[in-house]
Amino acid sequence: MTRADAKVLLEVKGLHANVAGVEILKGIDLVVRAGEVHAIMGPNGSGKSTFAKALAGHPAYEVTAGTATFEGRNIFDMAAEERARAGLFLGFQYPLEIPGVSNAAFLRLAYNTVQGARGKDELDPLEFDDYVREKMKLLEMDASFLDRSVNDGFSGGEKKRNEILQMALLEPRLAILDETDSGLDIDALRVVSGGVNRLLTRDNAVVLVTHYQRLLNYIVPDYVHVMEGGRIIKTGGRELAVELEARGYDWLKGKVAA
Amino acid sequence: MSTVVGATHPYIASLLNGCESGHDQLSWLGERRAAALERANALAVPTTRDEEWRFTDITPLTRVPFQPAVAVPHPGADDVAKFIIPEAGVRLTFVDGMFAPELSANAGLPYGVVVTSLAAGLATHGSVIERHLARHARFEQDVFAALNTARLRDGALVWVAKNQQCPTPVQLLFLSTQKAVAAYPRCLVVAEAGAELTLVEEYASLVDNAYFTDAVTEVAIGDGAQVRHVRLQREARDAFHIATCAVALAKDANYASHAITLGARISRHDLSVRQGGEGAEARLDGLTLIGGRQLADTHTLLDHGRPNGRSRQLHKCIVGGAAHAVFSGKIAVAPGAQLTDSAQESRNLLLSNKAHVDTKPQLEIFADDVKCAHGATVGQLEAEHLFYLQSRGLSEQRARNLLTYAFGAEVIDGIPVPSLVEQLEETVLAETQSAE
Ligand SMILES: Nc1ncnc2c1ncn2[C@@H]1O[C@H](COP(=O)(O)OP(=O)(O)OP(=O)(O)O)[C@@H](O)[C@H]1O
Ligand SMILES: [Mg+2]
Repeated sequence: MTRADAKVLLEVKGLHANVAGVEILKGIDLVVRAGEVHAIMGPNGSGKSTFAKALAGHPAYEVTAGTATFEGRNIFDMAAEERARAGLFLGFQYPLEIPGVSNAAFLRLAYNTVQGARGKDELDPLEFDDYVREKMKLLEMDASFLDRSVNDGFSGGEKKRNEILQMALLEPRLAILDETDSGLDIDALRVVSGGVNRLLTRDNAVVLVTHYQRLLNYIVPDYVHVMEGGRIIKTGGRELAVELEARGYDWLKGKVAA
Repeated sequence: MSTVVGATHPYIASLLNGCESGHDQLSWLGERRAAALERANALAVPTTRDEEWRFTDITPLTRVPFQPAVAVPHPGADDVAKFIIPEAGVRLTFVDGMFAPELSANAGLPYGVVVTSLAAGLATHGSVIERHLARHARFEQDVFAALNTARLRDGALVWVAKNQQCPTPVQLLFLSTQKAVAAYPRCLVVAEAGAELTLVEEYASLVDNAYFTDAVTEVAIGDGAQVRHVRLQREARDAFHIATCAVALAKDANYASHAITLGARISRHDLSVRQGGEGAEARLDGLTLIGGRQLADTHTLLDHGRPNGRSRQLHKCIVGGAAHAVFSGKIAVAPGAQLTDSAQESRNLLLSNKAHVDTKPQLEIFADDVKCAHGATVGQLEAEHLFYLQSRGLSEQRARNLLTYAFGAEVIDGIPVPSLVEQLEETVLAETQSAE
């Protein structure tokens, strides 16, 4: 839901970023207000994940120009963990496996770290166990995933569910979900989308990076952006996603968003 | 029984100061000690010119003429409390090489399980001891095993009779308390056919001192018997620790080793497992976690002497600071040891640019129908993993610790004693913090 008077959560202006000395992001502008759902679409290699990771603070992405503020703070002055604690969440396109660390311990550590930083109460293992099981129920996740190592041997879809579980626990102000729908079966897509919708309020926002219009039937976007060659070349409403699904990206090539 | 000509090597001579043979009541024991003394006298302190010591320079050891303890220390039960493993129903404690019955415990062992000092065991189980003592740990070419055997006065005896199970883990605890003292711990572990045993052998100190532990452990596992052996080396950071463990496996015997190396300035662990019967199985897990200026060297030998043997080995090193870890793993397959199935993995994590690891697999295969896989990796923590954890709010330091811990967890989680797993998990998390 867009409201002109809603608080600006994220404001990106003229963002340029390099990876390994190569410029990938070539001037991105984006404003996300509280209560909004944005979708970013675009061909493979257009820079969507790079944009998401640069915002989340990945050290390999070197910001060479432009600004980005999160609730008024310059995020490039903040370490990745500070951004997370401030309420920025990245759902990974490829969540990492960490054999040897139990998912339960990891989730609790993340939860308590973020809670502590926000001046809220931490939970001991027993309290946390109750809490996380509640959240897992909403995502129709089996409790056995708590005992396994983080993402270790999880199927593609299970990893994505685990990402949304983390989002549910960390209660971010702004969640950037990078292809959370890829790898989900039809039922899982419904469940995970339902989970995301339930987390959306007037005070937070989500940016969905996706290749498929289908996701946007479940989580309805206010804006759809098309990224190409490290720029947002077009922005429209949800109907743009439908059009892209029908026509592909070719007709947009060479255009730059007005 | 001749008394001895002096040692050819001055440092060995200093270590042997006051050591004589010829006073044993038992002639076989006297002969073995005399033979060891003779070898100790003949051998030199190894240098980096010796192939087996190529990466490990022990000159710092040779600057101190360590002597056996004279004063018998009496640490209180409180000092020892933190080393006690609650699961272990029986514990033998040795302080500076000497048996400390007052710090030992025996919650009542079933018939057929004996855990006692070697000295006491000689009276009741002489023939078992005679059959095995100094028969597995070869000292002909190993000056430290020879020294230990020549210095042999007491030690630990663990014996499990045929088809008996030891119901709880047995803990053998070797504590050091005094500066400049040399201790020569000795363990003899015998599991007769069909027996089962879980053993925890631990080396630790009550004070941060420079001392020297020269340990020898022999483990004989009979037909179809099973021994799980946890070895925990957490000596003082200034200590020297050189240990030999020789394991002999009979037909269908099963041995699992979990060797954890945390302490000592310079440490060396030689573990040899000889499959002397068909179908024997060995699992060797090792974890070395060191930092500062520590040096930890692990040499293992898996000797497949008979057909149908199986071995699995995973050795991991986590090296911080300017520390240096060495792993040399030899796998030998004798002619005729067909259908041997052996796999070895050496995985290493360097936490700093000055940390260093030498890893060296050695395969000596003389049979043609065998499977022998081996691999080694050396790496650092991955940026992607760190970023993943940081993106969930964890500080970089916390993320590093957690990933380091995760790297070691694979070995620690395999330890069959839950309280030890918990304790080690905490240690690894804390140690990695201090290793940075
Ligand atoms: N660490 C890196 N090293 C080298 N090149 C990189 C790195 N990360 C990204 N790139 C390059 O940057 C470009 C943009 O990649 P990015 O992952 O952002 O694309 P994407 O839009 O997310 O694509 P997809 O839809 O396939 O996920 C690609 O050409 C990619 O190869
Ligand atoms: Mg991508």
